[in-house]
Parts: sequence; structure tokens; C-alpha cells
Amino acid sequence: MRVSLVDEPIDVAALLSEAGDDSCGASTVFLGTVRDVNDGRAVTGIEYSAYRTMAEREMRAIANEASEKFGVTRLIVEHRLGTLCLGDVSVAVVAAHAHRAPALDANRYVIEELKRRVPIWKLEHYRDGTRDWVGAGSGNREPAFEIPLEESDASLTQDSVTPGS
Amino acid sequence: MTVTVLLFASYADALGTSSMELEVPPGSTVRDVLSTLAALPGGDRLPPRPLVAIDEEYANVATELLGGEEVAVIPPVAGG
Repeated sequence: MRVSLVDEPIDVAALLSEAGDDSCGASTVFLGTVRDVNDGRAVTGIEYSAYRTMAEREMRAIANEASEKFGVTRLIVEHRLGTLCLGDVSVAVVAAHAHRAPALDANRYVIEELKRRVPIWKLEHYRDGTRDWVGAGSGNREPAFEIPLEESDASLTQDSVTPGS
Repeated sequence: MTVTVLLFASYADALGTSSMELEVPPGSTVRDVLSTLAALPGGDRLPPRPLVAIDEEYANVATELLGGEEVAVIPPVAGG
């Protein structure tokens, strides 16, 4: 199992050979790539930033959870940071297992949890020259997020920043 | 006592910095730190209930601080 934040392009073929071996009958790959439109605005690139130490810690926790839930130990998660162009791979999740069901389930679990709780942010660059933080505007609120602490008695909603004038 | 406050993405833009040392009275909670931040220039652009993490773990705003912690104010995450 390995999780990493990387500053260089993600080498998917290398991840596949790293994850699997002859005991694996199934390898699943999820790739997140930079899309050319978001909320109707033409996107030319995305700048990814992170709370690096916490992001890696949270990615590791998610990989461990997937391993416990689905019995998948051959799991690699890489998320790229920095400025990416259209089509660039921003995140890769590779899961390998003897059988397809655990490999598929573990992969889905990791990417969904990563998007929900790993502290990484996108600054989108638009064709008109403007830039915006994804999720920071009121039109793109994240769903309620439960603080994973036993003493937490309330699930908090991630409030968005108030747009400046 | 002193805590280190980390700000990211839109919150760093709002406050004009990504980190600061903050002096707060003993017994302060995360909520008190957020109130102090809100009073700073640009602090009015922070939401009233942002996500926070103490020493790299998500935490409740009612958590009492001992001093020396790293308190991160976390904007809506957008990885992937």
C-alpha cells in the first residue's frame, strides 16, 4: 500500500506494475483528469494545492480503511499538485486483488473518500483569464461533512468563504 | 499561549497569509481562535463555521487548546 502527493506527472503504467503481481487476477485504475468545463465556464487548467502533511495522513487513513473493508492490500493512491493542463491526470487510484469485486469496491471507496475529506484544493483557470477556487462559491457547496471525532456531537457543514466584493 | 494558525486556498486569500502565530488566553477553544481570526482584516470573509483541524486531524470547534497546537482552517475540499 502506498499513498503519495506528487509534483510530477503520474505514470499510470508504473503504478499498475507496482500494485499487482502474479497472485492478482484483477487490477482497477481510476484516473481523475482535468476537464475543459466546470459549471458552464471554459477551463484551461487547474492549480492544485494541499495541506500536504494532513492530506497524506488522510489518504493513508482512507487506504487503511479500504484495506480493512475489502481485504485489498495492493493499493496505490497518487494525487498530483501544482498547475495541470487539460487532460492531465490529477489523481490515480490503483487496486489489485485476486478477484475483481474487491478491487472495484476498494477503488470506488478510496476516490469517494478522497474527494470528501482530503484537504486538497483546486484553483481553476478560465479561458477569460479569471481564476476561482472550486467549492468556495455559494453555488458549489460541499455536502455535510461529519467530523470523525467521538466527542463531536454535531455534524458540521463546510461553510464556504463569503465572496469578496 | 500561542497557537500556529494555518490558512489555505480561499481562506489564505481572504486573510492575505497562509500561516500566523496567534496569542490567545489560556483555556481558549478553537472557536475563540476563529473569533480572533474573524476580527482581523479580511476575516469577515471567513464563514462562521469552517472546518478545522488540530495537529492534522479534523476537530470540533469546541475543543480546548493547550498552546503549541497547529490549528488549520480548512476550506471546502476539492481534490480529485
